[in-house]
Amino acid sequence: MKKESAKNLRTFAIELAVYAVLVTCYFFLVLHLLGNWLFHLETQHRVTYAIVALLLIVGQAVALDALATLLFRLLRGRWR
Amino acid sequence: MFFPISNTHISPIYLAVVGFLIGILGGFFGVGGSFIAGPALRLMGVDWNYAVGTDLAHIVGKSIVAARQHRSLGNVDLKLGFIMAFGTIGGAECGAQLIQALKRAGNVNMVVSWVSIIVYFSIAMFMLWESQKTLRSDKRRLPRTHTGLKGAESKEDRSAFGPVTQRIQRLKLWPTISLPTSGIKISLWTILVVAFVGGLFSGFLGGGAGYIRMPSMVYVLGVPTHLAVGTDLFEIVISASYGTFTHAIKGNVDILIALVMHTGAVIGAQIGAVATQYFAGPKIRLAFVPLPLIGAAIVIYTLMTGHKL
Repeated sequence: MKKESAKNLRTFAIELAVYAVLVTCYFFLVLHLLGNWLFHLETQHRVTYAIVALLLIVGQAVALDALATLLFRLLRGRWR
Repeated sequence: MFFPISNTHISPIYLAVVGFLIGILGGFFGVGGSFIAGPALRLMGVDWNYAVGTDLAHIVGKSIVAARQHRSLGNVDLKLGFIMAFGTIGGAECGAQLIQALKRAGNVNMVVSWVSIIVYFSIAMFMLWESQKTLRSDKRRLPRTHTGLKGAESKEDRSAFGPVTQRIQRLKLWPTISLPTSGIKISLWTILVVAFVGGLFSGFLGGGAGYIRMPSMVYVLGVPTHLAVGTDLFEIVISASYGTFTHAIKGNVDILIALVMHTGAVIGAQIGAVATQYFAGPKIRLAFVPLPLIGAAIVIYTLMTGHKL
């Protein structure tokens, strides 16, 4: 039981590390590039900004959820 | 990291960690976590209006992840969630109008503060009493040799408030709706009133008001706790999307902050949702008790010091 818990914890730590690396890349590549465009949109076209904001958060939720699930499956499959 | 929309510098790690913690709470209890996210953003110098709107945007993303996870565990009643969304949006608009009326009368802060303290404290005390009573009666009824619960066994749900809930379910106000996923048959008006009251508090006190909706789904509608958590999250996706849209139009949303916070919330929400499988309903309700008390403590702090967290 203890062995299994340690294994699960190790897998989870690896998952978090891989996820953190991917998310850091995402910060710099996507958010940095989008920053100025979104700022301009927020000051000039509020309705478009509201729609884009919703689409972005929903899109990120679906994409990151799929990524996290995929990572969980891949790593757990390999470590089992 | 500089966020040009709200004109603030915040560490992305700080945002991701806050998102992670709120994600766990949201996934486990079905709440938005605005009572933590709001003060956490204020602490970093984000203006109050941006803190409120950005928090709502982050709640949308986090609730999608947690609701998807709960759906895969069979904890979401889609039909109930859709019906409740209508009542919540109507209630939220009325709550916002009430705030405007109080603003005109000039005593909005005092009224909102006292109402929220009384509501938070009452919910916490009621849930403490009910969950402990249920757990004690469960112990007498089913003496257990183990405490770890998993899967279907953990979803068995009893409540000391059950007889009152059954009386509410027996109200034959046309039309009556059958909810096979939740295993209940109840008047549409009861569902709408519960959702409306949740929305009213959401518009009046801010945030998603999951601390009111989740308990009222359990105690008034009679929805099992696990399903109430999952369905509440699904319903929050719809109502918080509406809130995000209206706040974004008013210039209260820094979507970049919300996106960064959400990266942490994805993992937290998944952990929280999976963790519900290991706890029985009354234990989840008992663990819920500190949440409204934290909310009350924040309001009392604001009243005493004059600083809005």
